[in-house]
Amino acid sequence: MSESLTFHFDVDGEDFTSAGQASVQVKKNLRRLGIPPEIIRQVSIAMYEGEINMVIHAGGGKADVIVSENKIEIILEDHGPGIPDVELAMQEGYSTAPDSVRSLGFGAGMGLPNMKRYMDEMTIDSVVGKGTTVKMAVYLS
Amino acid sequence: MKISTIKDLLDAKIVCGEDMLDDDVFSACGSDMMSDVLAYVKDQAVLLTGLVNSQVIRTAEMMDMVCIVFVRSKQPTEEMIELARESGMAVMTTDMRLYEACGKLYVNGLVGNGKVHHE
Repeated sequence: MSESLTFHFDVDGEDFTSAGQASVQVKKNLRRLGIPPEIIRQVSIAMYEGEINMVIHAGGGKADVIVSENKIEIILEDHGPGIPDVELAMQEGYSTAPDSVRSLGFGAGMGLPNMKRYMDEMTIDSVVGKGTTVKMAVYLS
Repeated sequence: MKISTIKDLLDAKIVCGEDMLDDDVFSACGSDMMSDVLAYVKDQAVLLTGLVNSQVIRTAEMMDMVCIVFVRSKQPTEEMIELARESGMAVMTTDMRLYEACGKLYVNGLVGNGKVHHE
């Protein structure tokens, strides 16, 4: 594979039930491309955590997954409230999710740290009141 | 442990994935918090939970799990069952509580993944 391949998704922020659809599709696409299972799992989990975050905190957004010869990149962009303190948000257990989200099984403050754990690279650009862009990458071989 | 053995030990009803009853699984986990499943679980094939929403199925799918057991008589919705079918997962329900259901499987040889390792 000499050229890169991009999968684009719009993440609906209105419907918690449908959150994760893009991640399921990415998983299928990567399987079809013959990406190693362990890498597929890492990408799927990071993408799913990101998707859930966009639905919980930002009213949805868009996601791009770019598969190239030596890496898979995930770019998640939303126009939500932004993250005032990224360092704090990266701490395990820190969460601003309301109890309603916790009763759905999320909001333990594990999402962002988990994304970082599964990816080789991760950067967060966030502007309060404007939105957040998370860029992640995992290297192939 | 065969999925059929899980069904028998938990006196569970199978909701979908009858064709997988003969499949073997080697470890399991129990949680109502999907955040924790995504963060701490590694290579467990079975998820026991009392949480009922579509994200339970999606979380299990992301973790490559093959079987979900709903405890405390919780019933998955049609939409969830359809998602599980599409993903090729076995789903069952038991009247047991989470602690008891996990305990039954554990003492019969279906282990977890040890302690959480902090980096």
